Amino acid sequence: MSEVTATPAKPAAKPAAPAAHGAAKPVAAAKMTPEMSAIAAKFGGAVEAAQYEGLLVTDHSKFIEIATYVRDVLKYNQLTNNTATDYIKDGVIEVVNQFTRVPQGGAPLTLKLRVPRPSGHDKTQPVPSLCPLYPGAEFQERETYDMYGVVFEGNPDLRRILMWEGFNGWPLRKDWKEAYYEGDTKPFESRWPGGDHKLAEERVPWEDNVNYPPGFDPFAFKPHPDGDIYDSMLAPSDGTVSIDNGHGVAPTIVEGLNASEMAELKTDEIIVNMGPQHPSTHGVLRMVVKLDGEKVTDLKLALGYLHRNHEKIGERNTWLHNIPYTDRLDYITGIYNEWGYVLGVERMMGLKTTDRVEYLRVITGELTRLASHFWAIGFLLNDLGAFFTPALYFITERDLIIDLLEAVTGSRMMCNYMRFGGVSRDFTSAQWAMARELAFERLPRTIDELDHFLTENEILKARSIGTGYMSADRCIAHSLTGPCLRAAGIGYDVRRADPYGYYDRFDFDIPVLYNGDVYDRYLVRVQEMRESLKIIQQALNQAETQSKVGDIQGGKKAYNHRVPAGQCYARVETPKGELGYYLVSDGNQNPYKYHIRSCSYINLNSMKEMAVGQKVADSVVILGSLDIVLGEVDR
Amino acid sequence: MAIIGSGILTGLGVTLRHFVETYIEDFKYMGKKAGVQPRMIRRQSPKAKGIVTIEYPMEKMPVPENFRYIPFLVKDDKTNEDRCTSCGICAKVCPPQCIWIARTEDPVTKRPVPAPKDFFIDSTICMNCGYCAEFCPFDAIKMNTDYEIAYYPETENDMRLVYDKNRLTMNESFHWNIHPSVKAAELEAKAADEAKAKAAAEAAAKKAAADAAKKVALAAAPVVPDAPVASVAPTPAAGGAAMAARAAAAARAAAAAKK
Repeated sequence: MSEVTATPAKPAAKPAAPAAHGAAKPVAAAKMTPEMSAIAAKFGGAVEAAQYEGLLVTDHSKFIEIATYVRDVLKYNQLTNNTATDYIKDGVIEVVNQFTRVPQGGAPLTLKLRVPRPSGHDKTQPVPSLCPLYPGAEFQERETYDMYGVVFEGNPDLRRILMWEGFNGWPLRKDWKEAYYEGDTKPFESRWPGGDHKLAEERVPWEDNVNYPPGFDPFAFKPHPDGDIYDSMLAPSDGTVSIDNGHGVAPTIVEGLNASEMAELKTDEIIVNMGPQHPSTHGVLRMVVKLDGEKVTDLKLALGYLHRNHEKIGERNTWLHNIPYTDRLDYITGIYNEWGYVLGVERMMGLKTTDRVEYLRVITGELTRLASHFWAIGFLLNDLGAFFTPALYFITERDLIIDLLEAVTGSRMMCNYMRFGGVSRDFTSAQWAMARELAFERLPRTIDELDHFLTENEILKARSIGTGYMSADRCIAHSLTGPCLRAAGIGYDVRRADPYGYYDRFDFDIPVLYNGDVYDRYLVRVQEMRESLKIIQQALNQAETQSKVGDIQGGKKAYNHRVPAGQCYARVETPKGELGYYLVSDGNQNPYKYHIRSCSYINLNSMKEMAVGQKVADSVVILGSLDIVLGEVDR
Repeated sequence: MAIIGSGILTGLGVTLRHFVETYIEDFKYMGKKAGVQPRMIRRQSPKAKGIVTIEYPMEKMPVPENFRYIPFLVKDDKTNEDRCTSCGICAKVCPPQCIWIARTEDPVTKRPVPAPKDFFIDSTICMNCGYCAEFCPFDAIKMNTDYEIAYYPETENDMRLVYDKNRLTMNESFHWNIHPSVKAAELEAKAADEAKAKAAAEAAAKKAAADAAKKVALAAAPVVPDAPVASVAPTPAAGGAAMAARAAAAARAAAAAKK
């Protein structure tokens, strides 16, 4: 801790060096924070101020050294976000890494790397991987590889993750065109003034729209897309898996046999495929588990069954078009996804909101948090074997919440409620009364009932206490956020760590528990629901006296926004964890880069470590406790 | 230290209470007709206990007024004309780009006329976001609340889900019927618009009269009577206002489209 407090003093000693580096770049160079100056002072020639924000590491061989310094000295102990941006005009692909301090919070630190943009469908030259330092980088780097073809040297499993193995090209590169490509940016010209409806298939024949790798014959192709995943798991393990999650992976012991007899028994390890069409995987997720008896010795995830290249669509869209699309990410908490996005755009444009807007955002946002936790707990209990009785009780409550959201916003789940600087509608007095009734009467009672119903249940406790343990340090290293991190004893919540909205006006706690197992994750969610209710109650009371009804748009309402050139990383605390939007604007009406730091996706990164050494039935429970939504995982 | 099994028993107590409540709630409705609206509304309200489901499609919950599904075009009841001026804003704000508008052109002058020649909404693409209704400057496109648009492709037109102008156009009264709270506001706005147009027309007529008077003063020739000018003026003035608004919108859109 002493080092943390010492770091801000360090750059003050040498202010001159970073200023010179900052001046080297002419336009839109990043402002130097004390931490950036510290890095610049230590690694003088290897870094310079990057475009818009953060530091650009020019000497790639120093990157790991710099990252170690960032982690160990500056205490940025979590890799929040890893992605890339394709600057096609400059001929470079820029890899972006954002680090944050957990649990202290504050603005993230950005480190960038630039690699020359290869021609055609070639991969880039390798850049160093952050996996040895931050295990949470694994999935994010794989996604960046999958989307941009950036090769990360040192990533243990650099395969495609969202696209299938035979896919040709790198879909988020600016020169890649999707099937039924119509134009680089919306609105498309064919719609007006001479609009004549044509089905996409008529307009762009399929034959013209598929490109195969050179020498590829689709008729001779024998699909074996799983070769890699099974082959990599088939290698016999020596029984020692280097994972320290407290469960150990001791070889199976059959009672009554000693060690030499066990060795003679020669148990086989088998590979079992779970999903993607299975209710216990919460959507179209596929887990491949390697089992020794009932014990999981290895686990790999196959993702991407719901992949629709949301981020490419986001770059085609205008800024406004993206709001309803964000609803489709984590479709249980649509409002919160919109909030993160409009927050980013508002910061870039410098838009102001009104009091009413902020209160309405808090009320609807926390209502979706309640709905999401009801859903999560209900389906966790499903995974535990309490088949649908608890789930249906809680779905009833969630239904009331989304009834209210439907009345206010016009849609039950795809609310499309937020606007830049505002929201789309105010509550009517009847809706306000319903919100009050839910917040002050119905939901407190239900949460008490939930607690009464489940918390002390012996079966629930027997199944979940000690299951899926992950220590606090490993949680941070794995970029885990949300209730799962708070159940491991880290009180990290973006509402407090990097505040947004009006959360500073309410009296609420961040529940923290210390055992880091499934049961604590459940308890944290129950506690969070109580805290959310407290926030909603205060917001309803405050909004009545401190805001004007109907004052729902700060500034002028517009549909063709132009966002000033720049970049922004906006993050909000959704019920699942930290949802971030990395946005880059080149000053046009479409985002140049639109990346989502999806908490469900990144939380899955730690799934393997939690499940290895546990029974296969528990791996389902662990997945349930992570509370993923595949719409957000696959995007 | 609790007794082993007490947690399960409390839980079972909760399920038992839920089970008994279903009967109690039914007994409360003994005297009333089953299937009438109050029961359905109560079952879906925040006060609901016991059975919370309703028997769709025999029972249908009324949708809230804000509920949105597929858009429709509003036709003025009096003049029997579309409110739409084919300005194209809805097509531009549509996130999945499911709106196609063809603008009418004057057959003689080839100048655009503020009315749509054709209008398509592909409901298979539509994401029901409601932007078109929200950003339409003329209140010409609104969101329908009818959510039952499924059909049998064997018996009906295969392209049924692509709505053309004919099927999209609805009367004003239909719109007011499903959106009762906007009726007063819209009528008020309309009255204000009409008053404005009238004032503008009167001003124009006055000006014309003054011009005519000047002309009379200048040349002692027979004058064009100003009565027709006054009677004709409201329509061009109103049309002119619409055209001006459309032109402004087009200019804005052009600016937006320009990189």
